[in-house]
Amino acid sequence: MSAMGKVVRAGVGRKRVQTLVMVLTTMMSVTACILALGLVVAAQAPYERSFTEQHGAHLNVLYDPTRASPAQLAAAAHAPGVTASVGPYPAVTLQPRSGPDTKIPPPGSPLPPMTLVGRAQDGPMDDLRITMGRWIEGPGEVVFLDGHSPLAVGDSAQFPDLPGHPTLKVVGLAASVSWSADGWVAPEQVAGLTAPGTVPAAQYLYRFAHAASDADVDADSAAIAAAVPSGAVVKATTNRPAREEANRTASTFVPFVTAFGVLGLAMSVLIIGVVVSGAVSAATRRIGILKSLGFTPAQVARAYVGQALIPAGVGTALGVLGGNLFAVPVLGMAHKALRGGLLGIPLWVDAVVAVAALGAVAGTALVPALRAGRLRTVEALAVGRTAPGAKRAAAGAGRAGAAGLPSRLQNLIGRLPLPRAFSLGLASPLNRPGRSATTAAAVVLGTVGVTLCVGLTLSLGLFQQGLSADRGGKVVVQAPIDGDKAVDHVDEAAVRKAIESRPGTRAWYSSVPTPVAVAGNTGRSQVVAYSGDASWSGFQLVKGRWFHGPGEVAVSAAFLRANQAKVGDTVTLTDHGHSTPAKISGEVLTVEDVVFLDRASLEPLGGPIHVEALSFHIDLTPGTDAKAYADGLDAAVEPMGLSADPGEDHLNIVVLAMNTLAVTLTLLLAVVAGLGVLNTVLLDTRERVHDLGVFKALGMSPRQTIGMVLTSVCGSGLVAGLVGVPIGIAVHHLVMPAMAEAAGLGVPDQDLTVFSPTVVGPLILGGLVLALLGALLPATWAARTRTVTALRTE
Amino acid sequence: MSAPIIRIRGVSKTYDRSDAARPALAGLDLEVRAGEALAVLGRSGSGKSTLLNLIAGLDRPSEGGVEVDGVAVHELGEAALAEYRRKRIGMVFQFFNLLDDLNVEDNVLLPAQLAGMRRDQARARASELLERLGVARHAGSFPGRLSGGERQRVAVARALMNRPPLLLADEPTGALDTASAADVRDLLRRLNAEGQTILLVTHDTALAEACADRTIELLDGRLVRDTAAVPAAGGRSGVGA
Repeated sequence: MSAMGKVVRAGVGRKRVQTLVMVLTTMMSVTACILALGLVVAAQAPYERSFTEQHGAHLNVLYDPTRASPAQLAAAAHAPGVTASVGPYPAVTLQPRSGPDTKIPPPGSPLPPMTLVGRAQDGPMDDLRITMGRWIEGPGEVVFLDGHSPLAVGDSAQFPDLPGHPTLKVVGLAASVSWSADGWVAPEQVAGLTAPGTVPAAQYLYRFAHAASDADVDADSAAIAAAVPSGAVVKATTNRPAREEANRTASTFVPFVTAFGVLGLAMSVLIIGVVVSGAVSAATRRIGILKSLGFTPAQVARAYVGQALIPAGVGTALGVLGGNLFAVPVLGMAHKALRGGLLGIPLWVDAVVAVAALGAVAGTALVPALRAGRLRTVEALAVGRTAPGAKRAAAGAGRAGAAGLPSRLQNLIGRLPLPRAFSLGLASPLNRPGRSATTAAAVVLGTVGVTLCVGLTLSLGLFQQGLSADRGGKVVVQAPIDGDKAVDHVDEAAVRKAIESRPGTRAWYSSVPTPVAVAGNTGRSQVVAYSGDASWSGFQLVKGRWFHGPGEVAVSAAFLRANQAKVGDTVTLTDHGHSTPAKISGEVLTVEDVVFLDRASLEPLGGPIHVEALSFHIDLTPGTDAKAYADGLDAAVEPMGLSADPGEDHLNIVVLAMNTLAVTLTLLLAVVAGLGVLNTVLLDTRERVHDLGVFKALGMSPRQTIGMVLTSVCGSGLVAGLVGVPIGIAVHHLVMPAMAEAAGLGVPDQDLTVFSPTVVGPLILGGLVLALLGALLPATWAARTRTVTALRTE
Repeated sequence: MSAPIIRIRGVSKTYDRSDAARPALAGLDLEVRAGEALAVLGRSGSGKSTLLNLIAGLDRPSEGGVEVDGVAVHELGEAALAEYRRKRIGMVFQFFNLLDDLNVEDNVLLPAQLAGMRRDQARARASELLERLGVARHAGSFPGRLSGGERQRVAVARALMNRPPLLLADEPTGALDTASAADVRDLLRRLNAEGQTILLVTHDTALAEACADRTIELLDGRLVRDTAAVPAAGGRSGVGA
């Protein structure tokens, strides 16, 4: 082995702790970068990627096979613009009920109408990806479309209207990039699901040459419809809803994933810089020895860059591995939320991050190595003999009364009414101001990440509550969606009396969708009328306020956008030829295109209320058991044809995914920041190990030693908290509205102003805690160092 | 005759745990009386620094016991050792071991501050010591600006800060020029004359003869010579008091 090789190997092998820290730091940094970059990539056009990977279809058509011959249907595949088609698959549209194995909703509950298709999992088009459970193995089983399934895996669906009352066990959930059906069954199952006297529809899936715009797809669809006999097309659906939902969700991910990605990258560069340059600087005396033996500055630089690259290389390799392993659950969660995207890290991400990390290591090692290589040998040899700051202190003292700022600060800190061990610790960052500042900057970034994560988690929780306010109420009374017991009359007064007389009732309101339209509106807006006190419902106002009585409406962002209206404008409500004006009092947080108003606003229109659609939302007094209350109330309203059920908690997969990702990335950032602190304190303690020996010889106890080392990071920890938290809050105030805007929503103030003093206080202390955790290990090491060994250290 | 301040019984110290290892100290027995000035002589590797480290509680014996001022040093835990070093010993090193980034006064104050002495008391004591040792004019200077002799005087002031009954000096003139060495020699002699017990480790026989009233010599970890001189009269006054 050459002299250079021996020097490099010895340098790596002898500084085991430092080598370990460098391995860990690069590993965590690379892991964080790979995850962050992987997520950013995953959030870029996830639908298009999945569409290609899963051989998606642009159009899904259900044909009536009695109106067109198989040959005619097959010929439609040659319509202009069609590049590929697959079919026919037998399909039936049914309205099942929840089966006996179902927990939610209760067995026998009617489920929404659904189209079930008999086909294999994969084919030439529209591959189905199992996201939970498994694919069907034969008749009696069904797999539902993930994200739109009314039942969970293990539940069952029954068809009481069909001969034999077949029951299907839900064995899995599958993602279809084309949303080609609500569920899939074995092809031989379809006959048993076909009502007597009917035939299953024939499903064909099509892919087009040009599908960039809705107009392209519409034109191609028209061409297909024209290619078959009139009336043969029962239903044609495009992939547009699937694409729009995926892209909207992906857009909401981009701002926060980007924010975390930038934080992770910046912190990684900083920490790698601190660790590597610190390690090389700490070896200056050794460099002096090498030079005295005949090493040239270039050889020194090469040796130390090599010495840094060995642990960094190991760390990078482990980081790439860790990043890819971590990515499996994290990207899986993102994939579920995005309904597409990546399930693994692309190879180019691994390569880019690894090269960048090693480049950063080489760069940050090269600068101090070149500097040390150019030092006069005698100066380099003298470095280890004096503590950092000593030269400066001596030089400062030489100018009578004109000591440098760090010395004066140290002097000032020494005069503080603190135990001496603490004041020594507080002053120690001044010995290495550059290193301390860089480490503090890393802790600032870590604090920014933690603040952003806490803010997002709180905001998203509130946001989600606001979005699900239409399902508000701990107990809901409504007519069961049950064809057998159609409710054509609801005695509202009797229901109200039953609710109000029930112990445990705190408040209630009722809501009902109405056929009222808004003049000039395309007719897509749903108008919902309220009576009772809906102030507790949890609806959040982005702008303005909730309606106050008749003549006012509160509307959604979608309504404002579609009608180019704004809060304060007046709209006209119309029904049965009557109309009445209503002023928009506020913008409500909801994804629907909806108008909320007081029932009294409908009186001038004279139209009837569809009482069968009424629902009563009840809030309970604290301590009331919702299930027992609902059971009791159910007995009272059941004779009126209504049912009372506890309200459901809705878990939003997108919010869950965002929270999970935010927490994961924040933990990584915190660990990287902690490692940076650990390394800095380790270097500082090792550089000052001789001083440590002197302190101990003079009677510094282990506890005082730990106190001194820990207080050395208190200043930077507190500063990091004081600087990082406001920056984190500012980033949160940028990211959260950007996420909401991507989803076409505004953010209510209450969802943004989540940083109360009870949140900010602990966050500011969080920087300190982060720094203290990072310093704990070196502090313990310092306390355990044998005095005699420390005194012998040069 | 005053009572022993140091009692060493059957002390051995081996750094290398292998069977073939040569002990740094081998079955040493020693007593030092209060007020005595003992010089420990020996060549490099004879075990004299090891002896000093064991008495200072900087290291632990492999066998045997070390008792100083009634305290069984070898039985103390780390925290108790720290307290022992604060209260019962002062140390002077060959290379001074002053903290370069603290000025002279802060260096001298350090043991008192670690011991939790009141600030005004500590400052008064430091001023008094710096004055008596002739380095008061350098109180605000950093050690790097002082001569070797001045630095060692500051180190002695620091060692005496908490009025320790025992002053340990490890080659105190080893890094000094002739004039400064003589200066330090006079200082140690004066301190002992004032009643300060001193244990001096050196290979400088001139220093030993000038400062010590008793000399022992170590060779390969064993006591090979003890002059067993008559100890000086007790009493703890003067600079060290």
